[in-house]
Amino acid sequence: MTKLTVNGVAHDVDADDDMPLLWVLRDLIGLTGTKYGCGEALCGACTVHLDGRAVRSCVTPLRRAANHAVTTIEGLSPDGGHPLQRAWVELGVPQCGFCQAGQIMTAAALLAENPRPSDDDIDHSLAGNLCRCGTYVRIRAAVRKAAGV
Amino acid sequence: MTPGRKIEVTRRSFLRGLGTATAGLALGWRVLDTASAAPVARAVSAGHAASPVVFAPNPFIQIGSDGVVTIVCHRSEMGQGIRSSLPVLLADELGADPAKIKVVQGDGDEKYGDQNTDGSTSIRKFFEPMRQVAATARTMLISVAATRWHVPAARLTAHDDAVHDPATKQSLPFAALAAAAAALPVPKTAKLRPQKELVHVGTELPLRDGHAYVTGQAAYAADIRVPGMLTAVIAHPPVVFGKLATLDDRRARAVPGVRHIIKLPAPTPPAGPQPLGGVAVVADHTYAAMRGRAALDVTWDAGPNGDYDSARYTDQLLAAVRAPGELVRKIGDAEQALAGAAKIVTAEYVVPHLTHSPMEPPAALARVDGDRCEVWACSQDPQDARAEVAKALGIPKENVTLHVTFLGGGFGRKSIPDFVVEAALVAKAAGVPVRVQWTRDDEIRHAYYHTHSAQALTAGLDAKGKVTAWRHRLAYPSISATFAPDKQHPSDGELGQGVLDLPLAIPNVLVQTGAAPQHIRIGWMRSVNNVQQAFAVQSFIAELAHETRRDPRDMLVEIVGPARVISPADQGLDKLGNYGQPITVHPIDVGRFHRVLDKVTQAAGWDRAKKEGRALGLAVHRSFLSYIGVVTEVSKNARGEPRIDQAWITADCGTIINAERVRSQLEGAFVFAMTSALHGAITVKRGAVEQRNFRDYPLTRIGEAPRKIHIDLIASDGPPGGVGEPGVPPVAPSIFNAIFALTGERVRTLPFRKAQV
Repeated sequence: MTKLTVNGVAHDVDADDDMPLLWVLRDLIGLTGTKYGCGEALCGACTVHLDGRAVRSCVTPLRRAANHAVTTIEGLSPDGGHPLQRAWVELGVPQCGFCQAGQIMTAAALLAENPRPSDDDIDHSLAGNLCRCGTYVRIRAAVRKAAGV
Repeated sequence: MTPGRKIEVTRRSFLRGLGTATAGLALGWRVLDTASAAPVARAVSAGHAASPVVFAPNPFIQIGSDGVVTIVCHRSEMGQGIRSSLPVLLADELGADPAKIKVVQGDGDEKYGDQNTDGSTSIRKFFEPMRQVAATARTMLISVAATRWHVPAARLTAHDDAVHDPATKQSLPFAALAAAAAALPVPKTAKLRPQKELVHVGTELPLRDGHAYVTGQAAYAADIRVPGMLTAVIAHPPVVFGKLATLDDRRARAVPGVRHIIKLPAPTPPAGPQPLGGVAVVADHTYAAMRGRAALDVTWDAGPNGDYDSARYTDQLLAAVRAPGELVRKIGDAEQALAGAAKIVTAEYVVPHLTHSPMEPPAALARVDGDRCEVWACSQDPQDARAEVAKALGIPKENVTLHVTFLGGGFGRKSIPDFVVEAALVAKAAGVPVRVQWTRDDEIRHAYYHTHSAQALTAGLDAKGKVTAWRHRLAYPSISATFAPDKQHPSDGELGQGVLDLPLAIPNVLVQTGAAPQHIRIGWMRSVNNVQQAFAVQSFIAELAHETRRDPRDMLVEIVGPARVISPADQGLDKLGNYGQPITVHPIDVGRFHRVLDKVTQAAGWDRAKKEGRALGLAVHRSFLSYIGVVTEVSKNARGEPRIDQAWITADCGTIINAERVRSQLEGAFVFAMTSALHGAITVKRGAVEQRNFRDYPLTRIGEAPRKIHIDLIASDGPPGGVGEPGVPPVAPSIFNAIFALTGERVRTLPFRKAQV
């Protein structure tokens, strides 16, 4: 049994401790907001927070997440009211939406560290998050809007 | 769930839990059926508490006893925003408040008509039919009100979910009319509103599913859970028509959580939508299935395509376009004009195989119960998926229920249901519901690829630099060959994407195609053959401008000629495919071409660019019945490499339903096309694709994206054209024309930056 706290809820997970956090979240705990995109930390669709830091859950083994606080898109805010979520909807950022949880989780970690990021800061922070629909211009605008810059 | 509450999740309790928690697990699915603004739990309970349907005059519109209007979106949502657009059109024509409608995603079913969500057709094919559907319902509601009030129906109006009599100022809500309307016969046709009465159409409509997207509640295919389900990952033969040679699955069976190893039959030519065959590893969860697949000791017979080498094939394509081929378009005598030309300019353009790489890899969940099957899939073509599942299982189509989930991008890949059929076959063999999950590796190595092409363009110019002859030779394997293996030349439909339909004010035109047999599955990728055809043509025109020291814009105007409407005969043809639409309704209108060209060059400051030291590139292209002009500005970055700073796009798409989503599609098309232009290349050795993930098939990242994309939409009340695809074709040539302006380097072979392995 591995102890894992996700969005404030403690879980005892019976799984191989090599199992990537992504699959623990999706297939064992049933939180499907975190997406599988590449399995090799190349696309960022699986981004979650570990103690507030953005990590790629597809390459984060369960044992590394154990005894740390995991936050997923479902736990970023109680009702979708995080400033980034609001900005994302107001500016119509999502197209297919699949990558957006990962984009938002990465951006949330950025804003926690750097509340007034420049475009270069945003580009640097989100460099690991792919969007095939090509919503990048609006992603930048939405991060700036959420940051009030 | 209260924070701090302890939940014990074991594999067994998880699986057991699935049996009792259907409602909760159906949440993700349910969310697709409900207004996005409501949190999932509430949305579900609202769904259960919905009033009974009292009026359903057609498969698209239902009105409940409470007056709530439910509209079925029968087209797949893959990021184009169709759920934010088409239902609003119906609501507008009906007289319902779009903010109050409930949108339900339609299953794959012929009763909805065409559901194949490709070809940028969802608006252009359904603008009139959906208005008819809604007008019929409105007419019936108005008829009931007219009878109640004893007034002529003609003077009544419907808006804001009610019928109104402007003369008496009386109103009756739909809720009060629906039951009586249901008793009326459904008229065959109904009069449409004047288009100006469609008050929401053409405005910036809200994103219906925005909240679901940003909270992780939108359910994609891999997010659906049903009781007792397992997950499968499939080892596919690396070469199309390859077969399993040897299999030792002992190590795979020893992986904890692996339940079944199932061999899938190899397809027989033509490939069509058949699964590739291989070995499915079925397990308790995705991780076990992936580890199980990795532990298979498996060898393959390569089969008839085992010699395919895409680098060698490039040479074969180039040889084909260096010789006369099959004639497909002829005006005047281009060969003779070339022989007598004062100057000849020639250039060859090569585009490699490309793949779609939607962020959501293909996935589908199937539950087979006797002679019935229920499927959840990210399908662009749910009726075809349903039919193929039925065929594979040997059951009637009516016994297959095919639910369409959100698609995490499609771009043409998910038009073909090979992965959906796999889910049905594996579920049947395993005897439990199974989700087939493609890995990124699968998606990149087993796509229906964008074709690999070579083109040679040759122009003859007179002493004054006027183009008197135009010869275009093309060779690429046709999509038709995926379904009919003998085809070795592009179809008229494929050539109708910027070659046969290209306006040319040149007296001698010759178009020929070379033979190109298919060795790898070729399919549709966003804007399809427009990708390579617009790249070559729009680059070549800029090359001609350079050769004759002309402004590229002036050269483009001269080549397409004055504003006029083009007939097939003008093109030297009997007929034109015209994206399936009559040429009378959607003519090739060079005037519209000029309008977007003028507008986009003005917006970009084309005339002063040189003085300001800005490097701009222009391309204008008509596809999917829309006209799009793009100007790209590039500069050198710190390492001296070209960087795309900003872009201007002007689009004439006819009538627009949702200007906001049109803009987002055009922005996205630019970035999508950047990948094909700068990075994308699928290469094949010994029949097998060499790329495996985003490390060797890189996509455009945020740092490369332009700082700004400026968009102008031409106001129009003409018939709607496509939007999702036509934004793509002009992008690559506009980028390369800009790079030429910046560096003098002409890019003729894609991609610009070789993939960094």
